[in-house]
Amino acid sequence: MRPPALRRPPGFATFRASMDARIAITVNGETRDIAAGATVAALLAEIGLDTRKVAVERNEEIVPRSTYTAVALTPGDRLEIVHFIGGG
Amino acid sequence: MDGHPATIDDMWEVAGRRFRSRLIVGTGRYKSLEETAAAIEASGAEIVTVAVRRVNLSDPNAPMLQDFVPPSRYTYLPNTAGCHTASDAVRTLRLAREAGGWNLVKLEVLGPPPFLYPDMRATFEAAEALIKDGFQVMVYCADDPLAAKRLEEMGCVAVMPLGAPIGSGMGVVNPYMIGAIKREAKVPVLVDAGIGTASDAALAMELGCDAVLLNSAIAHARDPVRMARAMKAAVEAGRDAFLAGRMPRNYSADPSSPMAGLIR
Repeated sequence: MRPPALRRPPGFATFRASMDARIAITVNGETRDIAAGATVAALLAEIGLDTRKVAVERNEEIVPRSTYTAVALTPGDRLEIVHFIGGG
Repeated sequence: MDGHPATIDDMWEVAGRRFRSRLIVGTGRYKSLEETAAAIEASGAEIVTVAVRRVNLSDPNAPMLQDFVPPSRYTYLPNTAGCHTASDAVRTLRLAREAGGWNLVKLEVLGPPPFLYPDMRATFEAAEALIKDGFQVMVYCADDPLAAKRLEEMGCVAVMPLGAPIGSGMGVVNPYMIGAIKREAKVPVLVDAGIGTASDAALAMELGCDAVLLNSAIAHARDPVRMARAMKAAVEAGRDAFLAGRMPRNYSADPSSPMAGLIR
C-alpha cells in the first residue's frame, strides 16, 4: 500500500511566502528593506561592512559579534551600526 | 645610581595597566586622518580617546580611524562625547566594548552649551551603571573635590576634572582646586579639557596630576604636529618640576651670586 501523501502543516504556505517577502527595518535612522529571515551577518554583508570594525545594537540591545549569523531580523527592528571615529 | 630615575622609571598606572607617557590625546578635529596619525605620533601618547558614531551606510569603505591610528599600537579609550544623558552614555560604551573589546572607558555626560559642563548627577548615574556592568571608568568631572572623592569611592579608576570647558583653551583656571583633588585622591587624577598651550599642560603636571588629556590644543594649533611635540615636552617638564619640588615663593629678592669677594 502506498503511504499517504505528505501533508504540509497548516500555515506552511504563508510561511513560504514570508521567506520570499521583504521586511522593513531601520538602520542608523534610515528605513531599509531586507529579505525576510535575513540575519545581522547578511545585513552587514549587504551593506559591505567589515564585521571586525563595527558594533551592532538591535532594539537597544547589543548583538554580540559571535551571534551575527544566528540573529534573524524581524519587521520593525531598529538597528544601530557604529564604529570608532576621531574624538576628544 | 643613574641620577634621573624620574624620567626613566616614572610610569603611572590606571586600572592595572602601566604607561610611560603622561599625555593622553584625542583623535578629533584634525584636518585629515593622515594629520591625526602624524600628530599623535609626535605627541608620544600611548592612550588615545576615540568617539563612537554611526557608520556611513552609503560609503562603507571610507577610510577608518583604525587604519591610521592602529589599536594594536595605541590603547583606545572610547568616550561618550555628545551624550547628555546617563542612558545614552551607557549605551554608547556598551557598543564601544562590543566594537573593540575594551573595558577601560572615558565617561563624560555633558550639560548644554555654551559650557558643556559635566552634568554630575547624570555622571554619577552612568558611572554606577557602568561599574556594575564591569567597565573600568575614567570619569570627566567638575573640579569639585567632593564629587571627585565620591566618584573614586564608587569605584571609578581615575578622576578627570576639567581645567576649563571643553575646547575653550582657557587653561587650568582653578589650579588650587585641581591640586586639592589630587592631594585627596587615591586613584590617578588627570586634567581633562581646557588645555590651550604647552604651559597649561606643564602647570597641570606641576600641580601633581598623573597625566593630562587634551585634543583641541593640538588639533587647532596652526601646526598640530609641532604643538604635539611641544605638549610632549611640556608634560615631561611639568612632571620633572613636580618631582624636583619647586623653590618657595618669596616676594623679596635673594641674590644668586655670592656677596663675598666683590671687588672694592
